[in-house]
Amino acid sequence: MAHAYTPGLKVVETALVRKQRRLPLAGEVLVEKGDKVKALDVVARTFLPGNVETVNVANKLGMPPEDIPKYMLVEEGTQIEEGQVIARMKQLFGLFTSKAASPVKGTVETVSNITGQVIVREPPMAVSVTAYIDGDVVDVVGSEGVDVECVGTFVQGIFGIGGEAYGEVKTVASGPRDVLAPEDIGPECEGKIILGGSLATAAALKKAIAVGAVGVIAGGFHDRDLRDFLGFDLGVAITGHETLGVTLVVTEGFGEMPMAEATFELLACCEGMFASINGATQIRAGVIRPEIIIPRPGEIMAKVGAEEEDESNLEVGSRVRVIREPYFGKLGEVTSLPVELQVLESESKVRVLGVKFDAGGKDVIPRANVELIESGRR
Amino acid sequence: MELSDVKTILATDCGSTTTKAILIKKEGDEYRLQVRGEAPTTVEKPAEDVTRGVLNAVGEVEELTGRKLIADHKVLVAEGKDEGVDIYMSTSSAGGGLQMMVAGVVKTMTAESAQRAALGAGAIVMDVLASNDGRLPHQKIEAIRRLRPDMILLSGGIDGGTISHVVELAELIGAADPRPRFGAGFQLPVIYAGNKVARPIIEGTLGEKTSLYVVDNIRPVLERENLGPARNEIHNLFMEHVMAQAPGYSKLMSWTAVPIMPTPAAVGAIIQTIAEREGFEVIGVDIGGATTDIFSVFQKVFNRTVSANLGMSYSISNVLAEAGLPDIIRWVPFPKSQLDERDLRDRIRNKMIRPTTIPQTLTELVIEQAIAREALRLAFVQHKELAVGLKGIQQERTISDAFTQTMTGETLVNMLTLDMLVGSGGTLSHAPRRVQAALMLIDGFRPEAVTFLAVDSIFMMPQLGVLSTVMPDAATQVFERDCLVRLGSCVAPVGNGKKGQTCLKITADWPGRGHVEEEVKYGEMARLPLAVDERVKARLDPVRPFDLGHGKGQTLEAELEGGVAGVIFDCRGRPLNLPQDETARVDALQRWLAALDVYPNHGSSEAA
Repeated sequence: MAHAYTPGLKVVETALVRKQRRLPLAGEVLVEKGDKVKALDVVARTFLPGNVETVNVANKLGMPPEDIPKYMLVEEGTQIEEGQVIARMKQLFGLFTSKAASPVKGTVETVSNITGQVIVREPPMAVSVTAYIDGDVVDVVGSEGVDVECVGTFVQGIFGIGGEAYGEVKTVASGPRDVLAPEDIGPECEGKIILGGSLATAAALKKAIAVGAVGVIAGGFHDRDLRDFLGFDLGVAITGHETLGVTLVVTEGFGEMPMAEATFELLACCEGMFASINGATQIRAGVIRPEIIIPRPGEIMAKVGAEEEDESNLEVGSRVRVIREPYFGKLGEVTSLPVELQVLESESKVRVLGVKFDAGGKDVIPRANVELIESGRR
Repeated sequence: MELSDVKTILATDCGSTTTKAILIKKEGDEYRLQVRGEAPTTVEKPAEDVTRGVLNAVGEVEELTGRKLIADHKVLVAEGKDEGVDIYMSTSSAGGGLQMMVAGVVKTMTAESAQRAALGAGAIVMDVLASNDGRLPHQKIEAIRRLRPDMILLSGGIDGGTISHVVELAELIGAADPRPRFGAGFQLPVIYAGNKVARPIIEGTLGEKTSLYVVDNIRPVLERENLGPARNEIHNLFMEHVMAQAPGYSKLMSWTAVPIMPTPAAVGAIIQTIAEREGFEVIGVDIGGATTDIFSVFQKVFNRTVSANLGMSYSISNVLAEAGLPDIIRWVPFPKSQLDERDLRDRIRNKMIRPTTIPQTLTELVIEQAIAREALRLAFVQHKELAVGLKGIQQERTISDAFTQTMTGETLVNMLTLDMLVGSGGTLSHAPRRVQAALMLIDGFRPEAVTFLAVDSIFMMPQLGVLSTVMPDAATQVFERDCLVRLGSCVAPVGNGKKGQTCLKITADWPGRGHVEEEVKYGEMARLPLAVDERVKARLDPVRPFDLGHGKGQTLEAELEGGVAGVIFDCRGRPLNLPQDETARVDALQRWLAALDVYPNHGSSEAA
């Protein structure tokens, strides 16, 4: 296969970032093309059909289903209140009365003379979407949402938990190799997005929640801590719906992993700036990566999100990062790209590359086990 | 062009990550694989057009053969010419494949039949709704809304039976007002395959809210399943609704001579073709990155299951979550003291988030293959639970049945009668030593008595499956000659005995060895080399209490078939119990690996 390597994640200082903000179904768009919006502004809203409750009227009245229309007090489409009697039957000249009441407020949707069930739909639920980033509305997507664009710093993580969050960046680690410990996090982190170094421990995350921090960014996170923190072993990597009180964005992987220096320096430079982050990750078809967006009006260097991405090729001299044991996390430079397949220690026969590590030493490793590092991409 | 005149066939499989193309040519009277090419699938951004990946993969075939296969940005079909191909066809599982919900009245009866119909058609079943599944109505409605399937199969009731329950399910589906995954403006396709008496009421309930299709009941009477009409309708709707909405598929559909099949349905088709031709009982497994599919034919009944969250990259962490770390570590031939649990968990997670990486060191390979054993085992447990006879039916019993106490709904899977076990998917097909694939299959499936093992060399079963629907002879020829890598027979006596006792005596005239009389002790494994296509008539004497299917201690005269892994004698007993004691376990694993020559240095490499 021509492209055997994994393209890296984006780490861009100033990029044109475009985000589509869409309702789950058609509704009302509250802004217009050209409007300036803030991250927390509501840009569109709609009403989802309410939940439904079924009332087994035939059972409650003790009659065959085909007879229930005769005893219904309300018709399909009628608005009813919680506890309102919707069917009644008098027996023995009115001495005994059987009745069925609605358990919820809502609308009678169907009355079935086959099953004897009445379906009551609760009032619609309001759903809205915010702009997510400070920027401009550049497109309106029918009655479903908008595209919001900003110029800013854009960093993709490899894994995250928790949904969208907003706050100022606060650098707590002194460098990309620092482990973020609970004692590093104080009351000054309230409402902030904490920048850590190589590892965020479960204890540090708990402390972040305790002081009211909204997000944590770190190079690595231990799987065992993830289990302890979530309370279960995460099976399938589809995250973003957790409501643990903090959003975590991991930039490198599992374990203690120094954050890539370029990533750390870039984020550290954004100290005090307002950022939007999202831990939502989907490692499946339709891959979604966690992200950090920091609006910074200025010169545009790359486009992200809206435009087609170019594929880049490995070349001798390319900067790479190893993404599998035994050299996980090491940086280096490609020294050779042999065409022939080579046999590894595991006896697998694969395409390889020669690499000279920045920290000294060299080896031959599978092409599939490196990520390309280049400007605008890590 | 008559199909008998077809000389060149191009077939592609658009997988979730890779699109694979194969070129088949007729040489004399026989169809043979020429070359294959592959390229990343392009269903998602930035390309969002499946045909780009197809053309890239076909372009690789073009380069390798020098034959012009692409013209005007499309596959060149030019019957009988020196360029292009006579016929082009494709399968697809890109974009998540076919995702369905099924509903039936009784969970273990019509709902289970509906599940089998959907799985057999190549779908991933996202949820099974049943009147008695224990969920409240609003919970079922919430599930329908949340999951957004590609289509729903609704069944329930035998023809002429009660209708109220199936109508109730239809009312719930209607109340959910479901929307399909693709195509916001389209109505969700719902296939009704239940009690025919309820059809007018179902049409009244769902006719306006959904795109309703009515087919014959999948369970017309309690004693019989009729899955064919529902499966055919699923395939039609897959083309019309799901594929037509996916990026680039309308174009791809216009290129192919036969309808695009869901990849698992195509694999099922080739497995069924082989089982029918050979009169075999067969199990096929495809262990992928996200899912593990298992196909079986027992008693001429085809079954397929997909374990949607058991796989070797995207889903590898779920294997860890479901099996638990101790069950994975038990297959690793090092003491636990050499394995740092925290480090091992992190390594597995890192494979999940960077799924395309491959094991460089031997330790990494050994750990990955240990995880594969558990993924296979867990997927097979799920398969056995669904590949069952019909439940709830009346059985005629003879006096002998009264002693065996067989019940309805027992699994059809019988490892003693299994003839062939075929593996595919990267972990099995690309194992550096073929005997590694053989041992993963044996440890994952635990075959009994005599079973022939094979792997799909380059995962071309999907393309051969779609080919088998129009040209079964061509598909079978390529399957036999180019697709299958024959690993060899595995002999595994059933039962457990005492340590050190003789389990099996083997007597045979063995090619290159002359007259052989070997004994294998209980708890041991052995391997005798026997080349591909070589066969040996052997007398196999299991020592009581061991059994090779003819009773404890009863002789079996069997023809053993050779392969790249030779003939494997697995005398570890069935059920297979690994030693509980840590030292004994590591010692046993090291002995087995050495006996079969599975890894260099018996699996030891860098400090784990």
